[in-house]
Amino acid sequence: MEFSSPVLNYTLLSPMLILLGGAIIGVLVEAFMSKALRPITQLSVTIGSLILALVQVWRIRNDQSLTAAMGSVVIDGPAVLMQASILIISLISILLIADAQQFTALAASLPGSEEERHALQSGNQVTEVYPLTLFAVAGMMLFPVSSDLITLFVALEVLSLPLYLMAGLSRRRRLASQEAALKYFLLGAFSSAFFLFGAAFLYGYSSSISFSGIRSAVVGGSGNDVFLLIGISFLSVGLLFKVGAVPFHAWSPDVYQGAPTPVTAFMAAATKIAAFGAMLRIYYTVFANAQWSWSPMLIIIAIITMVFGSLVAIAQRDVKRMLAYSSIAHAGFLLTGIIALNKAGLEASLFYLFAYGITTVGAFAVVTLVRDSAGEVTDLNRWKGLGKRSPWVAIAFATFLLSFAGIPLTSGFIGKFSIFSAAYESGATSVVIAGVLSSAVAAFFYIRVIVLMFFTDPVEDGTSVEIPSSLTSITVIFSMIVTIALGVFPAPILDFISNLATFIR
Amino acid sequence: MTTSNSLVYLIALPLLGATILLLAGRRADKWGHILGTLMPASSFAVGLYQLSLMLGRSAEERPVGQKLFEWISVGSFKVDAGLLLDQLSICFVLLITGVGTLIHIYSISYMSHDKDRRRFFAYLNLFIAAMLLLVLGDSYLNLYVGWEGVGLASYLLIGFWNQKPAYATASKKAFVMNRVGDMGLSFAIMIAFATVGTVSFAGIKEQVDQTSTGALTAIGIMLLVAAAGKSAQFPLQAWLGDAMAGPTPVSALIHAATMVTAGVYLITRSNFIFDAAPTAQLLVVIVGAITLLFGALIGTAKDDIKKALAASTMSQIGYMTLAAGLGPVGYAFAIMHLLTHGFFKAGMFLGAGSVMHGMNDQVNMRKYGALRKFMPITFVTFGLGYLAILGVPPFAGFYSKDMIIETAFNAGGIKGILLGSATLLGAGITAFYMSRVMILTFTGTKRWDEDAHPHESPWLMWLPMAILAIGSVSSGFLLSRGDALVNWLHPLFDHHEEHKHHLLQPIVVSGLALTMVAIGVAIAFFKYSRQEVAAIAPENVSVLTKIARQDLMQDRFNEAVFMRPGQQLTQVLVKTDEAVIDGTVRAVGQLAMSSSSLLRGVQSGFVRSYAALIFVGAALLIAGIWVVVQ
Repeated sequence: MEFSSPVLNYTLLSPMLILLGGAIIGVLVEAFMSKALRPITQLSVTIGSLILALVQVWRIRNDQSLTAAMGSVVIDGPAVLMQASILIISLISILLIADAQQFTALAASLPGSEEERHALQSGNQVTEVYPLTLFAVAGMMLFPVSSDLITLFVALEVLSLPLYLMAGLSRRRRLASQEAALKYFLLGAFSSAFFLFGAAFLYGYSSSISFSGIRSAVVGGSGNDVFLLIGISFLSVGLLFKVGAVPFHAWSPDVYQGAPTPVTAFMAAATKIAAFGAMLRIYYTVFANAQWSWSPMLIIIAIITMVFGSLVAIAQRDVKRMLAYSSIAHAGFLLTGIIALNKAGLEASLFYLFAYGITTVGAFAVVTLVRDSAGEVTDLNRWKGLGKRSPWVAIAFATFLLSFAGIPLTSGFIGKFSIFSAAYESGATSVVIAGVLSSAVAAFFYIRVIVLMFFTDPVEDGTSVEIPSSLTSITVIFSMIVTIALGVFPAPILDFISNLATFIR
Repeated sequence: MTTSNSLVYLIALPLLGATILLLAGRRADKWGHILGTLMPASSFAVGLYQLSLMLGRSAEERPVGQKLFEWISVGSFKVDAGLLLDQLSICFVLLITGVGTLIHIYSISYMSHDKDRRRFFAYLNLFIAAMLLLVLGDSYLNLYVGWEGVGLASYLLIGFWNQKPAYATASKKAFVMNRVGDMGLSFAIMIAFATVGTVSFAGIKEQVDQTSTGALTAIGIMLLVAAAGKSAQFPLQAWLGDAMAGPTPVSALIHAATMVTAGVYLITRSNFIFDAAPTAQLLVVIVGAITLLFGALIGTAKDDIKKALAASTMSQIGYMTLAAGLGPVGYAFAIMHLLTHGFFKAGMFLGAGSVMHGMNDQVNMRKYGALRKFMPITFVTFGLGYLAILGVPPFAGFYSKDMIIETAFNAGGIKGILLGSATLLGAGITAFYMSRVMILTFTGTKRWDEDAHPHESPWLMWLPMAILAIGSVSSGFLLSRGDALVNWLHPLFDHHEEHKHHLLQPIVVSGLALTMVAIGVAIAFFKYSRQEVAAIAPENVSVLTKIARQDLMQDRFNEAVFMRPGQQLTQVLVKTDEAVIDGTVRAVGQLAMSSSSLLRGVQSGFVRSYAALIFVGAALLIAGIWVVVQ
């Protein structure tokens, strides 16, 4: 058997390679560097890798290739947009992750043990969260550019495994945090099994693991349709689990609540982009010709997801859980972009993902600021009158909520408007009606929080707002500016997306 | 049309000034007023430069435009943010920036004791920018932005001393009454878009022939409502008197020379609409005639010097509105009176400010008297403005007002006689109340408060007054020499129905007007100069005087006709809202809440049930697809 060395296009792969390199350096730093220097070194390495990767993505923005890594990776306009979005979101999330107060001093210690107390008192903070983040980001970057099932699965695991760990790193309420991590891991493994099972059926259907092979089998229509249908369904289960669509959403409220808030911010924003990026590529290219089979299923899931997310969010009394259900509802809105299956839908989805991601990170950043002596205060009742005590923080949060609600002059409005109009154009009227109705319901609970903050008298219970660190301030201010700028002057970025948003096959 | 890239600087400079002054905060306190004065001055320079360029071109090529950016593009509705500088707007640009600069200079000294002087200059700059946008916009929508902008600036400036509740109320009143007018403008824009399909001046002008008279009349009436609101014309005039709560330079700039004339600009700018909608045009004349008498009557009874001047402004704008309603023959005279009025009224307001400055902010004229000796410059400059507003030859008002009276008489038939008589009567009353102001303030005996020590104002204040006084003397002569302004504006207006039949010869009109003026002055002289003036307004006066003192019952009227029924209506609406709408909303909310609690039950916290959920979901997916495929 002859063995030929693989041909890799290193320029096109460099953003991912830089991140993986940075992650490995992070592991080495964690192992060998003195504890005092670690936090600052880790932060610099992480930010440096992210920025370098972003620069590299910018430089390849006009390149297109199906053979960047022997047919396993495809680089095209949407790929560049998704990777850039993931990197920007990661950059502003890492500024939140840099707040060591949020993370346990020694993750390996038992909660409440002598060991833990000792680690806390000595001030020796382990910083493994940085390399974990970089590994996760690398996986997220690979996920939407994979062009065969094996690479797709590897990317899925590379992005998921670090996230499972990161969810368990919280300093306060460690048991809840670890429970969340375990739940996430078990259910993730369960859905990965579905994913693999689906991949196997698709191979059985098309005798190929590459997207182009499966696509030509779908176009030719020669294979066994039952295999195709089961394959699509099970693969979708794996992907829908990642985006948190109903009924595969059950992990997300528990994990969002249990994980350290900076990790929740990162996970909620960046994972969504990666997972939706992969879904968009698969449905728009591989399964485009089998729309008859999956479109009804996605329409039903989208409607259930939007309605369920918006309805259940109303009854939440915890701000992180509320944001989790809001994120479920948004997953439903984003599914309409896939259902649209036209260029407008792709453009709208890419815009929506970016805008929503930025707003999400901003909103969670504000959550990290509202604290009492025992850490973050996530009980909404104790957010009463926040606007009177800390007007700027409350105004920032209100801006993000208005964007979630899709009120004009915020990025959320442009996103919702363009994604719904794309779906309407494609004839998916039922989804659009359900979307608009559940947006109206959703607006109710966003506005309720705003009323709570500004028009209710504060309760005297020691809740205070942390003076934001400069890093957190950067995140909040940047998110606010982007949220408003994309709402008021969306044209340049929409044009930019429109020029790039074409999948190559 | 020629394009020019420098038009935007006209607006951008003062806007930049406002931005810097507002953002820099207290740091700019030291130099804020200087920057604030330089900005409109530079705009004035740009305006002069543009004028020199215009003079170098032939009449048809004089208008210049500049497209800034594509503003709104929704379906077939496209609006570019564009500017248009033509023969009409250049007049306003020079008036706004020229008089504006002088008033900025005046304010440096007038506001020097106010710790918020920087903020005051920021608002003034904001006003100048908005006003320039108003007159430079090339469509009704662009004009609307400026229109709202000046409303905002006016609100901020009237309430500048909002620590006094009465002043804050006054600014609110002005704001609310302006909103009524603004609604007129927005309706006009909507009707124009719905019927004509465009909102640009040029676009509507082109399609006037194809548009039904009904639509044009509707647009015209709505524009008139807008103009009435902004220019304090009947029946939306009540706010102007209260607006005098603002610092005096504001009254001079906004409530005399520029903003309140925006209504006249709007009507003149929309000449193609009014020319094609005779009913609306007739209404314009009627509103103008009523207001000019209304304002003049109020002016006779006011003891507050600023309110007397405000009533006079209302009345003079009535003249302009009337002229603008007379069609192509009147537009140029409306603009001419607007320009001369800009000089003499701003000058007189600054004079009033100077008097107040010397008299501890006293505004009651009954507490003045004999100030001629103590404030000679103020007396002379104010006096020149006085002669100008009376229409004494060769001062500015003589040229502009006589033209309007003459044109009114020549409007033909009974209409001409009625309008002409109204303008003549107005001229007489004007002479009376302005003489009253002069006599009470500058002549006679001292009726001062004990702690008053009147003195002439510093040069930074009297210099602008002197320059405006020169304008009051010469502007009428210069603008009407060889019909300069009429010829300048001629290409803009449609003259096809020009038919001059002279009811009265110009010389007769002048004679009549001067006679009326003489009678007015004489009455004032005998009433106020020959008799002792009471320091406290006498109570045993005729019913007419009482009514006039209460602004001819305009507030009572507003209260009875709008406020009370309005309050009742809102109360009914609130009750309906609570019972029906809130009830429904609450019921829906309740439903959502209960279903929400129900659905929450799914979230048990157990991994096993989550996994089961996923499993069931996957099974349903397969089943669902199966059904679809079969």
